[in-house]
Amino acid sequence: MNAPRARRGVETVTLDDTDRAIINALQGGFPLCEEPYAEAAKDLGISEDDLISRLKRLLNDGALSRFGPMYHAERLGGGLTLAALKVPEERYEEVTEAVNALPEVAHNYAREHALNMWFVLATETPDGIQEAIERIEEATGLTVYNMPKKEEFFVGLRFEA
Amino acid sequence: MALELNDTDKSLITALARGLPLVPDPYAEIGRRVGLSEADVMAAIKRLSEEGLIKRFGVVVRHHELGYRHNAMVVWDIPDDKVADIGKCFSKFDFVTLCYQRPRRLPDWPYNLFCMVHGRERQAVLDQVEELAKKCGVDHPRYDVLFSGRRFKQRGAVYRLAPEPPKAEAAE
Repeated sequence: MNAPRARRGVETVTLDDTDRAIINALQGGFPLCEEPYAEAAKDLGISEDDLISRLKRLLNDGALSRFGPMYHAERLGGGLTLAALKVPEERYEEVTEAVNALPEVAHNYAREHALNMWFVLATETPDGIQEAIERIEEATGLTVYNMPKKEEFFVGLRFEA
Repeated sequence: MALELNDTDKSLITALARGLPLVPDPYAEIGRRVGLSEADVMAAIKRLSEEGLIKRFGVVVRHHELGYRHNAMVVWDIPDDKVADIGKCFSKFDFVTLCYQRPRRLPDWPYNLFCMVHGRERQAVLDQVEELAKKCGVDHPRYDVLFSGRRFKQRGAVYRLAPEPPKAEAAE
């Protein structure tokens, strides 16, 4: 299991060139062999120990949220959607609390728009989405704008750290 | 289009959900937790990747912590007959990290194409948005750039498909 995440501050995590090389190289794939860290480390020109301890640190510092698989939620049989609320400014804190109280809320961002609260709902079954939406509407008295994906255009992963 | 998963797949997916163990033989370690051999774990991961259930395998970055402080959800109103082509075009740019077609919610929400753009500076994000419109041939672009304010929660989806499997006595 990945190391538990440390409390995240607002600071930018400092990376050295090796950290950057690791992040850039390990976004798309990982060797499927008995000693995959050793294999990946070889390509990076570092030792297995160094790779493992750097990954631990990057997870602890919050530069990485996870190292492992990204699942296709719908194919796992779960529900996933992006939803938004138009929250009156004076109620923002209270509504945030009510929304985040639901375990189905995966992330929640404030954004600059009339629709000013955006969150992802992830549920164990597709039906769970509607139930979660109803609970949020009941708790807040606001209308949830539900925007499930219709199509995903896959991006190559080559995020530059 | 959920796939039929057997109990072994479910245990494995749950065991991997929080990450690959940071030990020299991680697949063997996962195998020990779910009662599979190392070879079976590797074969299952390969199959789940081929079936598209595992979208990718690797690091999941936190953009903000890496200095990409300006993350914007860029939303576009694109004619329905062009949205697939333009979505594919957007997704080829390095600075686009997600790109989805979603339903409009009229009258409040006219936008049907969403992409995430991350940048170290606010202006850089805006320049990139213009570049997208120009290079992908979006005529009379109608879009909005929703910068993020505070992030109130980020935990990622939690996958609980099966109860945490009991530790096997030994993998083999």
